[in-house]
Amino acid sequence: MVEQAPAWAAPLALGLLLALCVAAATFDAALAAGRGLAGALRVPWQEAARLVVQQRRTTVANDPLLWRTGGVSLLVVAALMVAVVPWGDWTLLDSAVGVVWFNAMDVLLWAAVWITGWGANSAWPLVGAHRFLAQALSYELLLMFALISPALGAGSLRLADVQAEQAGLWFVVTMPVAFVVFCVCVLAFSLWGPFAAPIGADLGGGVLAESSGVDRLLVLLGRYALLVAGAAFAVPLFLGGGEGPLLPAVLWSVVKTVLVLGLLVACRRRFALLRPERFAELAWVVGIPLVLLQILVVSLLVLGRS
Amino acid sequence: MVVDALFWLLALTAVASGFAVFRVSSMARATFALAVSFVAVGAVMLLLDLDYLGLITVLMMVMEMSIMAVFMIMYMMNPGGLMPMSMYHNKAGAMTVAVGSFVVLAAGALLVPWPEREGVAPADITLQLGEGIMGSKMLVMLTISPVLFATIVGSLVLAAPRGRYDRFGDDLDQPASDPVPGGLGR
Repeated sequence: MVEQAPAWAAPLALGLLLALCVAAATFDAALAAGRGLAGALRVPWQEAARLVVQQRRTTVANDPLLWRTGGVSLLVVAALMVAVVPWGDWTLLDSAVGVVWFNAMDVLLWAAVWITGWGANSAWPLVGAHRFLAQALSYELLLMFALISPALGAGSLRLADVQAEQAGLWFVVTMPVAFVVFCVCVLAFSLWGPFAAPIGADLGGGVLAESSGVDRLLVLLGRYALLVAGAAFAVPLFLGGGEGPLLPAVLWSVVKTVLVLGLLVACRRRFALLRPERFAELAWVVGIPLVLLQILVVSLLVLGRS
Repeated sequence: MVVDALFWLLALTAVASGFAVFRVSSMARATFALAVSFVAVGAVMLLLDLDYLGLITVLMMVMEMSIMAVFMIMYMMNPGGLMPMSMYHNKAGAMTVAVGSFVVLAAGALLVPWPEREGVAPADITLQLGEGIMGSKMLVMLTISPVLFATIVGSLVLAAPRGRYDRFGDDLDQPASDPVPGGLGR
């Protein structure tokens, strides 16, 4: 049974989120140039230090309010997503509609990324921002259907119930398509790997073209935090939550999150960039029918059980 | 006490940012001021324990405002959309309607004698909401959804500049020619 964690657990969860961000950045650096894990350990810290001391570049007639708000929002959204995740037997916020909560938070990214691109008052960031909205229109329905599948299987929108329903058989077994689609959508809203077109090099950095210093650091950190939040969410949704032998449930949740996170991070250097217009057709013509079939299978399983 | 303070904070945020739509000098700020107003309303619904409705309000409105920002910038006088501007189109009239309807609704909420609550809230409000929509009203939903769907398809057909004859040739036997190629290699 999942219980409400005490208030002091909130900074602990935030610390875990940031620690996993650093771990993800280190892993990505290790994969990057084949320099090995030892050489990669200092890369995220070096990059962070460089950005912290870097002088902020400004543009003419920018919109500092929207620009800064957008940059911070990625990290805030990720933290709000993590707030409803059950870690083993504990959760910070036991929402009765945790699945919808996640969905509402990821929609906040539509606004967050767009205003980050808008705020610079520069053409390439705005093109990147529009690209992200095109990408979001493609992945959002997929993500909604992928989220509905486990909720349907458990008959509840509460993450604790979804997690408890998987004792014995994890949902990843009965809903593999939903799991894969969910992971793809996490990559897409994190602007990661094949879905990095909104910050692509062909736009001179897109949304991030004019972003520098601490602002840039916050967006880059926010991207990792979104990957962590997505990975953490996949665990109660599809991977049985804290279920596992020997170790306490909390640790199993963390271990599974780290494994999913590693998989997501590795996608960056495994797959080529997928342009938004190609992704649109793939998502709507191939993805949506597939995930609807997945929901049909889950519905039949639920009906057969009752 | 905390809930009261939160309520007033959110209520004032909702009204103030709704009013800011008329005061700010940029289309993007106006759009997202409206989005903030809706998010505050959604948060007030969360305070009322209407979890599902509150979150859906946030979800729908932020999504809608993000898309609306693109369209507003697309149609505004300055095509680049990067310079400041304000909503000069009948500003006074729009503000009169907005402030007027706010005053009428607020007066209604304050002056109407509210009835005493009968019964208690169900354990699972989301479930009750679902049964309310999908139970006895299912026939209405079944009627509305094809009409809505037909409207969407119809307006897309009317708006689409290219039909299948443009794509596949007069005899529909040519390989598809699209200005923007899709992901399926068609």
